Amino acid sequence: MNRILIVFAHPRYEQSRMNRALLTAAASLEGVSVSDIYEEYADFNVDVEREKERLINHDIIVWQFPLYLYAPPALLKHWFELVMEFGWAYGKKGDKLRGKKAFSCVTTGGSSLSFSPSGHHRFSLREYLRPLEQIAYLCGIEYLPPFTVYGSYQLTDEELKRASAQYVEIMQVFRLGVPEKEIMMFPSLNDWLESRGASNATIRSV
Amino acid sequence: MQQSVLFNAILLLAAALIFVPLAKRLYLGSILGYLVAGVAIGPYGIGLIGKEGPVLMHFAELGIVLMLFLIGLELEPTGLRRLRTFIFSAGLFQYIATAAAVGLFFLLAGFSWPASTAIGLAISMSSTALVLQMMKEKGLTRLQAGEAALAVLLTQDIAVIPVLALLPLLAMRTLEQGNWFISTLPGWLQTMVIFGAIGLVWLSGRYVLVPFLRFIARSNLRELLTAAALFIVLSTAFFMSELGISPALGTFLAGVVLAGSEFRHQLESDIEPFKGILVGLFFISVGAGIDFSRLALLPWKIGATFLIVVVIKGLILYTTGYVARLTKEERIIFTVSLSQVGEFSFLLFTFMDRLSLISSPWTDTFIFITAVSMMLTPLLMLVVERFVLPTFLSVEGEGKKSDVVYQSNPVVIAGFGPFGSIVGRFLRANGVEATILDNNPDRVALLRKMGFKAYFGDATRLEVLKSAGIEEAKILVAAIGEWAINADLIEKAKKAFPHLVILARVAHPVQAYELMAQGEEHIYRETLDTSVRMGVDCLVKLGYRRYSAYRAGQKFLKYDEEALKVLFRTREDEEAHILTAREMIEIQEKLLMRDRLYNPSLYDHAWDSTVRGRDE
Repeated sequence: MNRILIVFAHPRYEQSRMNRALLTAAASLEGVSVSDIYEEYADFNVDVEREKERLINHDIIVWQFPLYLYAPPALLKHWFELVMEFGWAYGKKGDKLRGKKAFSCVTTGGSSLSFSPSGHHRFSLREYLRPLEQIAYLCGIEYLPPFTVYGSYQLTDEELKRASAQYVEIMQVFRLGVPEKEIMMFPSLNDWLESRGASNATIRSV
Repeated sequence: MQQSVLFNAILLLAAALIFVPLAKRLYLGSILGYLVAGVAIGPYGIGLIGKEGPVLMHFAELGIVLMLFLIGLELEPTGLRRLRTFIFSAGLFQYIATAAAVGLFFLLAGFSWPASTAIGLAISMSSTALVLQMMKEKGLTRLQAGEAALAVLLTQDIAVIPVLALLPLLAMRTLEQGNWFISTLPGWLQTMVIFGAIGLVWLSGRYVLVPFLRFIARSNLRELLTAAALFIVLSTAFFMSELGISPALGTFLAGVVLAGSEFRHQLESDIEPFKGILVGLFFISVGAGIDFSRLALLPWKIGATFLIVVVIKGLILYTTGYVARLTKEERIIFTVSLSQVGEFSFLLFTFMDRLSLISSPWTDTFIFITAVSMMLTPLLMLVVERFVLPTFLSVEGEGKKSDVVYQSNPVVIAGFGPFGSIVGRFLRANGVEATILDNNPDRVALLRKMGFKAYFGDATRLEVLKSAGIEEAKILVAAIGEWAINADLIEKAKKAFPHLVILARVAHPVQAYELMAQGEEHIYRETLDTSVRMGVDCLVKLGYRRYSAYRAGQKFLKYDEEALKVLFRTREDEEAHILTAREMIEIQEKLLMRDRLYNPSLYDHAWDSTVRGRDE
């Protein structure tokens, strides 16, 4: 059984609808732990040793955050800078994260259409997440496609429920084993779930 | 019984050690404790000391002499300037009006006019030592009423000088008894001599003592300054008593002269340790000196005189309250606290006796009245504190009977001094209302005006906490500055209201350690964050980048809190107990040792790709 660590970064969690729904749904699952970094390191004084230990103790890392101005919130970037230490996570002898798997769970205000060459934001979400992808590559972590929830402001309660259910489904499948070959063909985990759903025709409720 | 110096010292200390803690326990204040201790060991108690014990009287005299030196030192020019409006209005009014009214009463009662005048001038005095000590214990010094009282006391203290000098002029006969130098002179010359002596003390203070102290100070030996202070006090006292003038007056003057010099604080802190004990000694001797047999002889006469004297004093003090523009409840504090006849009156009455201005039986009567009035003040103050103050304060608020009314706020802040007020303001800025408990009526009144839910009351009393709504509150912020009181509050609140989250303010690690031993978790050292911030700024001023210094500061804070916890977990003695000085040093030492083993510093591995892996 894989152990999953959600590294959660949200500077205004109390006002978030989408991330609250996602996180509460996922956090209640067995084998899933959460590192709520804006709660634990409000002073940006990240406890590096503790975070490293958490990473070591888990097999799959999820970076869950809302996209702000095309990047993760500052503290998550800060977390990367501090925890992904040279000589530990990468570089000479830096092999402690080798073989782990990781993906991002990203919420955006803009719609999926706006994140396209003709859209307002011009680039796809995947493009904006390139730095994370490269960090994973640098550390020998297998980087999976992201799970994305677009247009979080316009989301209906129905859609919200659906997204949470999908997130839970990902967690449950990944706990048992990650079907990498199958997944890598899709641009996002959402697309993978759609195709899976078509064959399974069941959507688990929360 | 053979009474040696040692035996007397033991007796006095024992009496103080028994009665003072008892009085404190009963919320009666230390002064009453000392007075009762005096009565208990005096001729009308178990009779261990009395008129046959002159050694004790010497002790007590030394107490008065040193105390008046300190009172003199308090008369520093800047303080006088700050209070000058009060002194010229309330101070002068109280003194002159009381002297006139009391004098008139005794004139009508058949005394001669010089005697009446002298009695009036003496009775008008209140007790600086008693009032200052009492106000300090009850935290009333910062009140408007406290300031006004201080001004009145200062006026009286200053007035002692001319009054003592003028008494021989009032006397029908000059000093005849005794073999003092001054008693050989006629009245007007005696006055001249007294003024001369005062002038001499003044001049020698200016031109001999201060240069002398500067010379001593240059030797850089602290104990020499203490010795110099004692030398000045004792020699002035000796000089004055050789002349036949009150030695206490002399040292008081010496204090006044030195108050303006740069040595004021030094001298004060040198004598300070003795002060409390000497003031205590003074009050013990007052207690021992109360001659109850006199009361038995003429109970009605003395009782009536006492009542009339105190009522006249009280009425005029209350009127003075208007002159000083005090509020109603402050007028009451002011009146009650100053209602006694003070220690200067002892001096004045004995001097008047020697001048034959009043007969010896009357001298004894007045001394009796003075002592009893001193004894009554703390009791009256207790009544005021318990019943009068809360009801008056609630008139401004919404409550009717008790000042503290039911309020269910999530947070109760006990103590709204510099620390608690910041917590309260911060919470308010973020929309969280807190119920505030404070024992300073002025502050409470101000806070209420500003819309805070503030109540006057002793937070260590469970009823007060309950009526402040502690049972509905989630959090108690224990922010009282006085550590003993704060610790008391924490212990009681924890026991009585287990649901409560207590956030405790402490001053230093040892206090934090004590609270940890009681199982407290949320402990805030008041200087920790500020000192670290200062350290961070030090690094910045030395050229470090601000963010690196800031990070180092944050790490240090975390490390320091953790170090104390580790130290606590690994302690040898699991029993909770009051730490000895040795243990405190040990704690300090272990903390420093840990610093040497692991020092959180700027140079960790963050943002650094030059380190070649971490060696384990």
